Amino acid sequence: MAHASTHGFSTVPARKPVVAPDALAGRLGWTVLSLSVFIALWALAALWEGDRHLPGPSAVLGVLAGEAASGALWSHLAITLARVTAAFTLAMVIGAAIGLAVGANRIADKFFDSWIILLLNLPALVIIALCYVWWGTTEATAITAVAINKIPNVAVQMREGARSLSKDLAEMAHMYGFGRWKTLRHVTIPQLAPFWAAAARSGLALVWKIVLVVEALGGHPTGVGHQIHTAFGNFDVPMILAYALAFIVVIQAVEIGVLQPVQARVNRWRR
Amino acid sequence: MAPLGHPLGVRIKRKTFPAVGGHDENTVLRDVAFTVEPRSFVVLTGPSGCGKSTLLNIVAGLDKDFEGSIDLGPGTPRVTFIFQTPRLLPWRTVRENLELALPAGDPRAQGIPDMLERVGLSAAAEAFPERISLGMQRRAALARGFLTEPEILLMDEPFVSLDDPTAQGLRELLIDLWTRRPTTVLFITHDRTESVMLGTRILRMMPGSASIVEDEAVRLSPAERKDRDKVAAEQKRIFKDT
Repeated sequence: MAHASTHGFSTVPARKPVVAPDALAGRLGWTVLSLSVFIALWALAALWEGDRHLPGPSAVLGVLAGEAASGALWSHLAITLARVTAAFTLAMVIGAAIGLAVGANRIADKFFDSWIILLLNLPALVIIALCYVWWGTTEATAITAVAINKIPNVAVQMREGARSLSKDLAEMAHMYGFGRWKTLRHVTIPQLAPFWAAAARSGLALVWKIVLVVEALGGHPTGVGHQIHTAFGNFDVPMILAYALAFIVVIQAVEIGVLQPVQARVNRWRR
Repeated sequence: MAPLGHPLGVRIKRKTFPAVGGHDENTVLRDVAFTVEPRSFVVLTGPSGCGKSTLLNIVAGLDKDFEGSIDLGPGTPRVTFIFQTPRLLPWRTVRENLELALPAGDPRAQGIPDMLERVGLSAAAEAFPERISLGMQRRAALARGFLTEPEILLMDEPFVSLDDPTAQGLRELLIDLWTRRPTTVLFITHDRTESVMLGTRILRMMPGSASIVEDEAVRLSPAERKDRDKVAAEQKRIFKDT
């Protein structure tokens, strides 16, 4: 180890855990504090405004408990979550394929750039309305309409990823005889993963909001969007808030439980 | 060890970069022809921008757009390139980077701990490249290059932008590795001292010459290469203008 002594290094940081425990505790503390303040303000506002326009936290929780006991909550949550999953998967796969194809080919990039910008700026409502008019209010149409809304965002993110692929590392892989599969697995995918993870996180937030709109507009007999739409017809504010709250909790659980760990993992090698 | 091997023949008639934007068409290499004897350490030196890196990329097969031919010898000899930047995969540990340079299940993988020990990186084997110093990354790149036991080793200023003691340590390490396992080396540098210290033969390029203007053997024994005065005297003999 002659060189070790001449160049003077002793401690080398090995792999760090994804999130340090004390950092996690700190973040949790802040979340609890800020949510408590929010709930307190909500309760105060409800007292001021009256139960009909703005029910307080306890009233909303009461409705939520009732829906949970009757089983309605679970079946509507499940069907909406299934639609979110289907549309999300479809959008991620197709969007990634388009983004990579466009990012890897300069002529395709120049040609399709305007198309992508056009699609990015097309309002969600227009896409949903056209899909229902053209293909009828079926389950497949609902999922397709949501996916089409998200595809351009994923494509743009993945195109950035494909554009930023390192030529240096590609040459290295070539010189060291990596071959196609090894290059894909060890060189290309790790470079694209952060872009994919970012697209997934922003995608989930967008997809679930649009799914509710699609459910409400399409007159589907099930789903959180349908329940909210019905409650809207009855001016049933507690019901609207109860379903919104339930779905926020579900989506946050997916975000914290799945997407954030994935993102942390694909970025763990960074300094 | 393989028999003496085959010389590396370089014949480049012309290499021209096409006109781009406001720049004119630029011929960077013209009538460059030389042969690298097996197991010799040839240093190609000259100031920045004289076409050295372009020449090496052509020899490596990374740049195929030129007039001429490169003769690596019969069959497909193993050619390894140690780049100007370490070019390690940042999402793989130092040890994984070495493993990936070999085909899966290759017996040479058993030499990885030994190789890491020799370059002083045993403690950093499980570290990600971005969490270690540039000098350590360069050592990892050297280890990766030598691990593949190449017949032809191409190096493009692998010690540039390092502080002097670190670069010197790496040069001694390179001499060490090369003495243990002599391989045909084509090494590029703009650093004259480095070229004399490492090379058995020096090829010089000049700015605007687009070709080799001097071809000189280095008369130093392995021991003398670590002696700064001997290196300085030899440098004076070869580079008369200094």
